[in-house]
Amino acid sequence: MATEYFNEMFDGTTVRDPYRFLENWLKDMPHELRHMKQSEAEALFRRIGITFAVYGEAADTDRLIPFDMFPRVFTADEWRKLERGIKQRARALNAFLADVYDRGEIIRAGRIPAELVYRNEAYELAVTGFRPPLGVYSHIVGIDLVRTGPDQFFVLEDNCRTPSGVSYMLENREIMMRMFPQLFQENRIAPVDGYARLLRRTLTDVAPAKCDSDPTAVILTPGRFNSAYYEHSFLADLMGVDLVEGQDLFVDGDYCWMRTTEGPRRVDVIYRRIDDAFIDPLCFRPDSMLGVPGLMNVYRSGGVTICSAPGAGVADDKAIYIHVPEMIRFYLGEEPILQNVPTWQCAKRDECKYVLEHLSELVVKEVHGSGGYGMLVGPKASKGDIEAFASKIRENPANYIAQPTLALSTTPTFVEEGVAPRHVDLRPYCLVGKDVNLVPGGLTRVALTEGSLVVNSSQGGGVKDTWVLAE
Amino acid sequence: MHLHVTHITRYRFEKPLSRVTQSHRLTPASFDGQTVQTWLIEAEGATRGACFRDGAGDEIQTLAFKGPVSSIDVIVTGEVITTDTSGVLRGHAETANPLTYLRETPLTLPDENIRKLAEAALDAVPESDLLARAHALATAVAKAITYAPGETEAHTTGAEALKQGKGVCQDHAHVLISAARLFDLPARYVSGYLFAGEEDGPVEASHGWAEIFVAGLGWVGFDAANACCPDDRYIRLGSGLEASDAAPIRGIVGGQSCEGLEVSVMIRPAKPMQQGQQQ
Repeated sequence: MATEYFNEMFDGTTVRDPYRFLENWLKDMPHELRHMKQSEAEALFRRIGITFAVYGEAADTDRLIPFDMFPRVFTADEWRKLERGIKQRARALNAFLADVYDRGEIIRAGRIPAELVYRNEAYELAVTGFRPPLGVYSHIVGIDLVRTGPDQFFVLEDNCRTPSGVSYMLENREIMMRMFPQLFQENRIAPVDGYARLLRRTLTDVAPAKCDSDPTAVILTPGRFNSAYYEHSFLADLMGVDLVEGQDLFVDGDYCWMRTTEGPRRVDVIYRRIDDAFIDPLCFRPDSMLGVPGLMNVYRSGGVTICSAPGAGVADDKAIYIHVPEMIRFYLGEEPILQNVPTWQCAKRDECKYVLEHLSELVVKEVHGSGGYGMLVGPKASKGDIEAFASKIRENPANYIAQPTLALSTTPTFVEEGVAPRHVDLRPYCLVGKDVNLVPGGLTRVALTEGSLVVNSSQGGGVKDTWVLAE
Repeated sequence: MHLHVTHITRYRFEKPLSRVTQSHRLTPASFDGQTVQTWLIEAEGATRGACFRDGAGDEIQTLAFKGPVSSIDVIVTGEVITTDTSGVLRGHAETANPLTYLRETPLTLPDENIRKLAEAALDAVPESDLLARAHALATAVAKAITYAPGETEAHTTGAEALKQGKGVCQDHAHVLISAARLFDLPARYVSGYLFAGEEDGPVEASHGWAEIFVAGLGWVGFDAANACCPDDRYIRLGSGLEASDAAPIRGIVGGQSCEGLEVSVMIRPAKPMQQGQQQ
């Protein structure tokens, strides 16, 4: 294929600024040393036990996600723009959620169709009219970005519920610092280890008004069989809060309590890593054994804060995504700093027609799909694949959206033969409490297969440490 | 009418439970056709959580029972003054957008039979006359399902009930809700009480019906089981997307089993009736 991909390290034969100091590092690393370091890194990952699927991807829970030692680097200038764009988006998404569970001004103003919001499965009738502390619904916003040029960044999707993968961001850094301490001594790489402190502060910020002492926060996990259990326990440890399952909590009077060896202790803020449907069997699915009976009543009467707020998912739906730039204009009165990827909705007849005529150029995704499953990458697909996919779209058009095949940037990656460019994306984690905070960095995923544009770990993707150079 | 309600719910657990938590949607709201005079919920041994109103305007409260719990009695007594508003719900404070009530739920999932029933009912009714369409659907459902207690249970879906052609008020309501949503009429389940008259002695007065949103008019009640719209014999407790969501008491959760559940609801005219309250 003739497509030119933006290489984040090399501009022709010249090395771009942010990567200049890695040139020598690379030169000084003989093949054997690299292999040794690579197995050292793997051993470290295994020892920590970080073996889970990244963000909701269905995968074998014991599988180690490949770690690539070649870091991905941003300059302070590049990051400043990203940071502004991400924070802007996180603010707008929260303003949207506060609005659609209140008066729905953006709908009344005719800027977003009512059906898209109120008929959405993720819109929770149970929290209509309830305003959570500070009006914040999505406290941890994971925004997936791709890059196509020096200044071209696009938002691929927003994750407003419980985005995972942040433990990789922290562990990747930890391991790089252990293996290459001199790189961190010689260069000013912005630290990411403030994340846990910021997350803790965010949870404290949103404690309910009824809480009159130092708020007690917990992480609510579905349990050890969940693919992200490692991350749940990792974050609980870092923040110094309890990791609990539904059965460890109960509701009594106006509050939610945690069973401890010293008797019940009041819980003020719950960072839940379980889906809405399972939070409370008395409000949602009656067969849920993972949640806490009565918790939604305590939440709705202001006795406890649940992060992210039940119902926050309506903001990150692929059909709502199209309207995020409009949200930014409507609520913030600003122009979007980060662009959306142009998206065709197959639910619309004329757009579907266009998609079917241009399948070989487009990426087609299921509206509610994730993990890189059930998608078509037109330029990489055979004629047969395209025909088969076309009939799936005709059968149920509303289930699909399409986007142009983006020329994802590449960064140098260690491969069998040495170093070669591989495609990457980026997920930063934005925290929303009293302030909007973002640690300088995120999780970079890399498609390890040559030419592949799919970075999901279930499709052969790996992870990299992400560096932001201090000024 | 000025009605007196006694609503008793008794749970018996063979194996005592370590803790039971209930969510009550058990207090009627006051609105144009309904004024709550007195309302008392007694439940021995319960700690109560804060009361709040949800987006649908229903009052919700948590009751927690600390174990070992081998029985629970929830006894409700109250008096309500009702007037006939021809089924129209007026003056009811709620914030939920009606479009939220267009989604399908497990018990209201439509099937081919429900679709055919609705299509036939709406065949000759102009699309613009939403109220006539709602009435036509309610009439069709009333005809399609014969009232027959014991033929269906709490988990029976609307589609199953229609196939059998038999059911109780809950089944009528589910089929009607399902049919209405198919044709873009927001619809919801209402739980409440029905005063059926004193002549035949005490009758089971716990009841359920449907509300359909008619643009320009608001929510309108339809009781397909009795082929009418709710009038002053009806007391409205609360609503939900389907019966389980509108239940007056939600309390038994996964892993718990209740061996004995008895519900009795008695409604009689409150005495003495005062002149000013006669309508």
